Amino acid sequence: MNVKLRVWRQASTKVEGCFEEYEARDLNPNMSFLEMLDVVNEDLTLSGKEPIAFEHDCREGICGSCSLMIDGEPHGPENKVASCQTYMRSFQDGDVITVEPFRSRAFPVLRDLIIDRSSFDRIIQRGGFISVSTGSAPDANAILVSKDSADTAMDAAACIGCGACVAACKNSSAMLFVSAKAAHLNSLPQGRTEKMSVS
Amino acid sequence: MALNSNIPTGPLANKWDNYKAGSKLVAPNNKRKFEVIVVGTGLAGASAAASLAELGYKVKSFSYHDSPRRAHSVAAQGGINAAKNYRNDGDSIHRLFYDTIKGGDFRAREANVYRLAQVSVNIIDQCAAQGVPFAREYGGMLDNRSFGGAQVSRTFYARGQTGQQLLLGAYQALSRQIGLGAVESYLRHEMLDLVTVNGHAKGIVTRNLATGEIKTFAADAVVLATGGYGNLWYLSTYGRLSNATAIWRAHKRGAYLANPCYTQIHPTCIPVSGDYQSKLTLMSESLRNDGRVWVPKKKEDTGKTPSSIKEEDRDYFLERKYPSYGNLAPRDISSRSAKEVCDEGRGVGPGGLGVYLDFADSIQRLGQHKIEERYGNLFDIYKEITGENAYEQPMRIYPAIHYTMGGTLGGLRLDDNLPGLFVIGEANFSDHGANRLGASALMQGLADGYFVLPYTINNYLAATKEKRPSTTQSEFTSTEKESRDKLGTMLGINGKRTVNSFHKELGKIMWDYCGMARDKAGLQKALELIPALREEFWSNVNVPGDGEEINQSLEKAGRVADFLELGELVCRDALEREESCGGHFRTEHQTEEGEALRHDDRFAFVSAWEYGNGSGPKLHQEPLVYEEVQMSQRSYK
Ligand SMILES: Cc1cc2nc3c(=O)[nH]c(=O)nc-3n(C[C@H](O)[C@H](O)[C@H](O)COP(=O)(O)OP(=O)(O)OC[C@H]3O[C@@H](n4cnc5c(N)ncnc54)[C@H](O)[C@@H]3O)c2cc1C
Ligand code: FES
Repeated sequence: MNVKLRVWRQASTKVEGCFEEYEARDLNPNMSFLEMLDVVNEDLTLSGKEPIAFEHDCREGICGSCSLMIDGEPHGPENKVASCQTYMRSFQDGDVITVEPFRSRAFPVLRDLIIDRSSFDRIIQRGGFISVSTGSAPDANAILVSKDSADTAMDAAACIGCGACVAACKNSSAMLFVSAKAAHLNSLPQGRTEKMSVS
Repeated sequence: MALNSNIPTGPLANKWDNYKAGSKLVAPNNKRKFEVIVVGTGLAGASAAASLAELGYKVKSFSYHDSPRRAHSVAAQGGINAAKNYRNDGDSIHRLFYDTIKGGDFRAREANVYRLAQVSVNIIDQCAAQGVPFAREYGGMLDNRSFGGAQVSRTFYARGQTGQQLLLGAYQALSRQIGLGAVESYLRHEMLDLVTVNGHAKGIVTRNLATGEIKTFAADAVVLATGGYGNLWYLSTYGRLSNATAIWRAHKRGAYLANPCYTQIHPTCIPVSGDYQSKLTLMSESLRNDGRVWVPKKKEDTGKTPSSIKEEDRDYFLERKYPSYGNLAPRDISSRSAKEVCDEGRGVGPGGLGVYLDFADSIQRLGQHKIEERYGNLFDIYKEITGENAYEQPMRIYPAIHYTMGGTLGGLRLDDNLPGLFVIGEANFSDHGANRLGASALMQGLADGYFVLPYTINNYLAATKEKRPSTTQSEFTSTEKESRDKLGTMLGINGKRTVNSFHKELGKIMWDYCGMARDKAGLQKALELIPALREEFWSNVNVPGDGEEINQSLEKAGRVADFLELGELVCRDALEREESCGGHFRTEHQTEEGEALRHDDRFAFVSAWEYGNGSGPKLHQEPLVYEEVQMSQRSYK
């Protein structure tokens, strides 16, 4: 299959960016979206141009690095998957696909599709933890956690910290990210003593 | 230099306690006078940085990721081992120790492995207290599952995202210290080189990946927690960014690399589907608790839909060959068996490179919801990638590069051979011998960071006469210049091939000649091909852009340049080790039944390679002296 890409190119935070168009040809529908970008980048490099910068690592939806706005949707058309888990079979031959970075004032663009999400780290540093220093823990089974609570905590803790929630919100709010961490820690008895003392 | 592993005398069970009793301490009010660099924020690095800061040391933490939470540890799925014996099924520290030594095909150090088993129990306590949402039973107690190479259930897990949850625990502990000002965090900073002063590791050179700035940092000690180098094979289950630069640079500055050829090939990964493929996705080993591995008995059946193949026409080859461990035979053995049946032409799927992992029996026995609860996210991943529903038809799996047991040599104190350099987690040559058991890497990374390093770094800091240098010293300026020059050279070549094409070609050489089965002729061939490819790289690579900006091609070029050197050493190590052990399978050395054949009389040692400046690598041998267990032919039958 062949598709046409409109990709946001921006050399750095300090300069303005714009869309550029690229053809992506002879694609296999089983390619992931990022593998398609790899192919485009190889071509760009060989033709003496600079490849498109985008963030990625695990390429299996768990590290939260990839952060593409695809056709106006964070992570693209499929539900509940990251950009790296979006496959070309979700598109049609001949489609024009717009690729942008996640847009939010809290996430400045560093280059092309790469954004600065360090604000998320700062949120966690302000209290997204239970204060337990190494060596001081009681036996793990001394703290009983009901299966329901553990499951609820796990549902919330599964957040990959990619920032899609901020990108999707018109107000760029991080409430989903924050509430996921709060729900994780709140569902468990471990931090209760600390919670009582600070609230 | 004589190898020194600093293993105390005395009974195995007391060695770690004896070491601790004799080690020097740093008084609380003196700790803040020491600065420690920790490179890496995976399980090993984040747990180490947090724990050292809690103790009062001043810590600088580095990672090339944009957040500590993105380290490759986040991708671990299945679980973490610990000798808690909560199941009452006969587990003990000794049994975990023995399983690990045996699983490693008797090529690990006894004292290290015993220590690992000892501290394993503390790790679970620590993580549970941090709020890691481990799976629970209805009574509120922790749940367990089984992993390969063990006959007890000692694996703790958080659905299929155990690595993520353990990493978030460590990341949160680290974040707390960052928030308190006890850790300075340098993200998007890649370590390009190690700085040594008078033979001690005292600093690093970094490149700020966001700005291109090159800078040096000095410290009293340097900790590397930079993960494994499986991406040397190009296609692997690793995150795409994982690389060997930190440990390879440290090697070139004097740290020995141990057993670099010991590589783990994981039996259950989604098979390759095309040339564009950039990575291979693991399907956790835990699936082998409930999935049965099979291929058709007859070649003619390989093209048929699996459900149409009758029970008597299926070969459940692991259950057949290893009845007592069955589908939970260790990874090296399971991978080789899969390769064997595919080599016989009985493989399924594209190219015949796949075997079935079938859940039909378990779904019938337990119901689909139980399987969903246990592995739901894995079935989802499988569906996303292949478009197939594994509740209805068996998964197709094939082995892929997954873990490197080799790494920087360290003794019981970790820095025994290059003072001041502590290498932890997957980056060290570690405790897994020639094959790592499932769920033991998370255990080792956290053991090193939470409970080993905090007890060994003090010994160095309290005793060393080498104080923290200034970055204006010549050792710093000259190492920095070397890093700059290297980047400049790569940017200036303007050749005709992309960085990725070199990486891919190197990976293919490694997989063909130094993969699941290795032999003398193939390894010799690889040793001709790799230097030639390296030469071409340095004359024909094309690295676009410049160094003063985000430049992912430049980042990758530096990593591939180091892989091109490391690959040669890996093949040399594989060539010199004329025996089969664990994941290192030399076809010339196998039993009549096709199992790995060790030669303990000649190879019961750790291969420790010294970088030879110009003169080629030099091999040192650290004998493996077993006081507790008897080396024997592994049997999982
Ligand atoms: C898909 C998958 C599933 C797995 N599942 C399991 C499992 O269920 N159980 C189990 O026990 N093990 C599992 N493993 C193995 C285990 O996850 C790893 O061995 C372990 O997490 C490695 O941790 P680490 O802290 O040593 O390194 P990593 O997590 O790889 O972290 C490396 C860190 O170093 C940084 N870094 C590296 N080089 C540099 C540099 N030059 N400059 C700056 N920073 C640098 C990186 O940014 C990163 O922060 C799995 C592995 C994979 C690939
Ligand atoms: S690359 Fe890790 S979530 Fe997409």
